[in-house]
Amino acid sequence: MSSKPRIATCSLAGCFGCHMSILDIDERILQLIELVDFDKSPIDDLKHFTGRCAIGLVEGGCCNEENVHVLQEFRRHCDILVSVGECAICGGIPAMRNNIPLKECMDEAYRNGPTVYNPSGVLPNDTALPLVLDRVYPCHEVVKIDYHIQGCPPPADAIWQTLVALLNNRPVELPYEVLKYD
Amino acid sequence: MSETIGFTIDGRPVRARPGQTILEAADAAGIYIPRLCAHRELHPFGACRVCTVKVNGRPQAACTMPAAEGMVVESNTPELTEHRRRLIEMLFVEGNHYCMFCEKSGNCELQALAYRFGITAPRYPYLFPNRDVDASHPDVLLDRNRCVLCARCVRASQQLDGKNVFQFVGRGANKTLWVNAERELADTNLDVRDRAVDVCPVGCILRKRQGYTIPIGRRRYDHEPIGSDIERAGAARGA
Repeated sequence: MSSKPRIATCSLAGCFGCHMSILDIDERILQLIELVDFDKSPIDDLKHFTGRCAIGLVEGGCCNEENVHVLQEFRRHCDILVSVGECAICGGIPAMRNNIPLKECMDEAYRNGPTVYNPSGVLPNDTALPLVLDRVYPCHEVVKIDYHIQGCPPPADAIWQTLVALLNNRPVELPYEVLKYD
Repeated sequence: MSETIGFTIDGRPVRARPGQTILEAADAAGIYIPRLCAHRELHPFGACRVCTVKVNGRPQAACTMPAAEGMVVESNTPELTEHRRRLIEMLFVEGNHYCMFCEKSGNCELQALAYRFGITAPRYPYLFPNRDVDASHPDVLLDRNRCVLCARCVRASQQLDGKNVFQFVGRGANKTLWVNAERELADTNLDVRDRAVDVCPVGCILRKRQGYTIPIGRRRYDHEPIGSDIERAGAARGA
């Protein structure tokens, strides 16, 4: 196993836009794989951690119990855990359901929605399905998060500059134009 | 009354006309004191406390406090900056501020203050309050999810438009922006050209059918922090 620091990434209740933004660092991705190895991540499709990771990048907030388990697993395996994007930081678009009772959300999605065909009126209830949480939680309200990269999605430069700073033990100081909430 | 008042802000000598507030004198001197509820055209209100400075060691809202001879004002100190950051963070968690789809994003003063202070995430838990949206008016949208209770619209309607369209109801955590009508915004005499519509610092009061007209990269706070205009004018005068 190489001695390069390892990076893990995951997408919880997100849209994979933040992962697209990671890829948007363009040819710098060649530099990145010189600097690091990827561990558990959709980028290399590793499903399980193979060792201790220096940095974990988390996209998306927690909307079900599986999200919480994955997030806790990331916290256990990563020295530095980074929330990437609005959903991880504030719940984002999925958190718009936080003002609506869960029962109403489920009924709208599986019983009463205009395009729903569900004559028996059964809500999805298979044991293989993760239970939906009462509301969507930002990652830092579930585990300790060390850094936050803002944006929807964060600019590739914000992700790149944060990674380079963290890998070189420098403080993360993003220029004004790179800190954006949209 | 041609006498001017001399005082200092962070050790820099500043002159003020009698009756000017600390904030107005600072603006004229090219010193930016962060603020949210204060607006050049409106009477000071002191709602947000973002402009809090220390006057002779005592916290005061710079927008309401008149300048006085010999005052020692502290503004850009680590303590006050931390205080302002926390106020901004509290405003973010106590409303529903979804910047990613808000029409005001990039031109929003609350967001711009967060950018200026380099806030990457609030340190308080999100409250996700239930707030009403009033889309009844044909030309104006009122989205209370984004309201920061700055009272700019309340004041502008009274002081600039000669109307009384907006008011607050409730107290404390239940304080809410309401309209002065039987039911909703459409029942008021608000006109889309009213100044009350323009002065909203956030995306709470918006003109309909105007969204996202300015592309990303050309919006007000895309490249320069809020307050840069005041600081630049000061630097140009050699202040």
